[in-house]
Amino acid sequence: MMSTIQARAPRPIFGRKQSTNPIIRAVVRHALIICVLVILLYPLVWMVAASFRPSNQIFTTLGLFSAHPTLANYTEGWGAGRLNFSRYFINSFLIAILSIVGNLISCSVTAYAFARLNFPGKKFLFAMLLGTMFLPFQVTLVPQYVIFNYLGWINTYLPLIVPHWFGVNAFFIFLMVQFIRSLPRELDDSARLDGCGHFGIFARIIMPLALPAIGVVALFSFVWSWNDFLGPLLYLGRPDLWTVPLGLKAFLDSTGQSSYGGLFAMSTLSLAPIVGFFILAQRLLLEGIATTGIK
Amino acid sequence: MTSGTTPQQTLTKTSAGREATPRQLRWRSRKAREAAAAYAFLTPWLLGMVLLTLGPMLYSLYLSFTRYDLLSDPKWVGFANFVQMFTADSRFLKSVGVTLVYVLVSVPLLLVVSMLLALLLNKSMKFLTAYRVLFYVPSLIGASVAIAALWRLIFGADGIINQVLAVVGIHHDSSWVGSPHDALTTLIILAVWAFGSMMIIFLAGVRQVPRELYEAAAIDGAGVFRKFFSITLPMLTPLIFFNTLMATIGAFQAFTGAYVVSGGTGGPIDSTLFYTLYLYQQGFAQLNMGYAAAMAWLLVIVLAAVTGFFFWTARFWVHYGDE
Repeated sequence: MMSTIQARAPRPIFGRKQSTNPIIRAVVRHALIICVLVILLYPLVWMVAASFRPSNQIFTTLGLFSAHPTLANYTEGWGAGRLNFSRYFINSFLIAILSIVGNLISCSVTAYAFARLNFPGKKFLFAMLLGTMFLPFQVTLVPQYVIFNYLGWINTYLPLIVPHWFGVNAFFIFLMVQFIRSLPRELDDSARLDGCGHFGIFARIIMPLALPAIGVVALFSFVWSWNDFLGPLLYLGRPDLWTVPLGLKAFLDSTGQSSYGGLFAMSTLSLAPIVGFFILAQRLLLEGIATTGIK
Repeated sequence: MTSGTTPQQTLTKTSAGREATPRQLRWRSRKAREAAAAYAFLTPWLLGMVLLTLGPMLYSLYLSFTRYDLLSDPKWVGFANFVQMFTADSRFLKSVGVTLVYVLVSVPLLLVVSMLLALLLNKSMKFLTAYRVLFYVPSLIGASVAIAALWRLIFGADGIINQVLAVVGIHHDSSWVGSPHDALTTLIILAVWAFGSMMIIFLAGVRQVPRELYEAAAIDGAGVFRKFFSITLPMLTPLIFFNTLMATIGAFQAFTGAYVVSGGTGGPIDSTLFYTLYLYQQGFAQLNMGYAAAMAWLLVIVLAAVTGFFFWTARFWVHYGDE
């Protein structure tokens, strides 16, 4: 009945009566969403809370707060046994930063060529780029290991960094191509009139305008490099070279029930950089995810 | 700059036939310069393509027909690796089964959950930004060792999952990750837990559906469900297609969760032996690199077939806006 009234009269006469309905619906909607969020995030919040509890209280409660909050798990976990998390964090950051720089340079120059320049073989090469987006990484796992082993790169960071300087991540290139294509071409033309060559247009016009895309690529390369487990597992055997994920794995392997507090503390610290960067740049990132999907 | 001053259209029209005028020569040299610049820009990517992707792919195709342990030279064995997989390697068949169950259960669940929440979040509601951020956090960290380790502990015998179930009155006292029946379930839950990125994509799609469609449908007396099945769902099919494809490919390649939860074994009783985990064990724990390469190529072929089939089915159910 209500909908027929609405359809006939643009301004509802019984304003108050109708407005209760949307409010209740909004409340139900928010309540549902918050319920889902609580279920979803509870394990995570519980882990963070447990990392501040004395180690004998970790598994005893479902609740979050302890009467005796402590930082002991952090101090113990940081230098537990043979493990050395200062080292792992420095290593992880080093690899991540060098990967990000490599990705940004190699992916942006490649994307500029595909988005703005005409050249023979363009269609074929672009199809190849798209093809590698669907290529399972396993197919290059064994041969790359054989090659890097032959080059003497095992137990160095080179296998984890060098590929990023050669644009192996087709997703990033594709994302930047899409973004650069959306920039008005008149900008290039007027820069050309002013005497800019292709590199000038790339460096002075396109790159400054592509900062949102660059931000998305930088943040995702950080997250992927930081979370990467299989790469370090294959290439970094020596403990002093380990990254944070390998440190956590060793922690998990070596400890019993008693030191889970330390594990939770180190896990919390390992997640903090990604979640922190994400929250700082969330608008940029979420737009990037939403717009790169299609079109 | 001399050539840039002339509009491109007039140049292309004159370039047909006859002998080249100075204008046409300038146009051609500009094209040649542009191509040279393009290949200069593409050099890093092309090198990576040849040296890190195509070359290794061919090398691994060769290795898949050999027995190779990294120490001695590869020994050609023809199709022996592939024959062994299907006739003499029950762990391989088990890993295929485990992976298929994982893909076929986690991908539909991911689609349904992320679609439902995208619909729930749609509307210009309050706190939308905060909600989006919070829902996305699991996607960000779902593939990390920290979360996999957390999973292993909360699904343990005295983990909080059993404690929560006890509160609800279900007494499940044994470990989930330690049970051959339940271990895979915990990994499926881990995959679905990270539904946020897919939800964000759906959310962007839902917001792009023209309002007029819903208004017109409302005038025609369509209810909530009718609107969903006649408007929202068809309008979202391109995104459903994209999300299903990417999630399927991703699920076939899952590794970290299974490795950490099972301590690298794929246990208990190989119940979490994902394809990639078994490939890793064969290639890098037992140094059967030829066998691992064969497994990788089989995966490429299967995924190419799945992707091709998917694109073929798209014509029957994916609607693009301009139809």
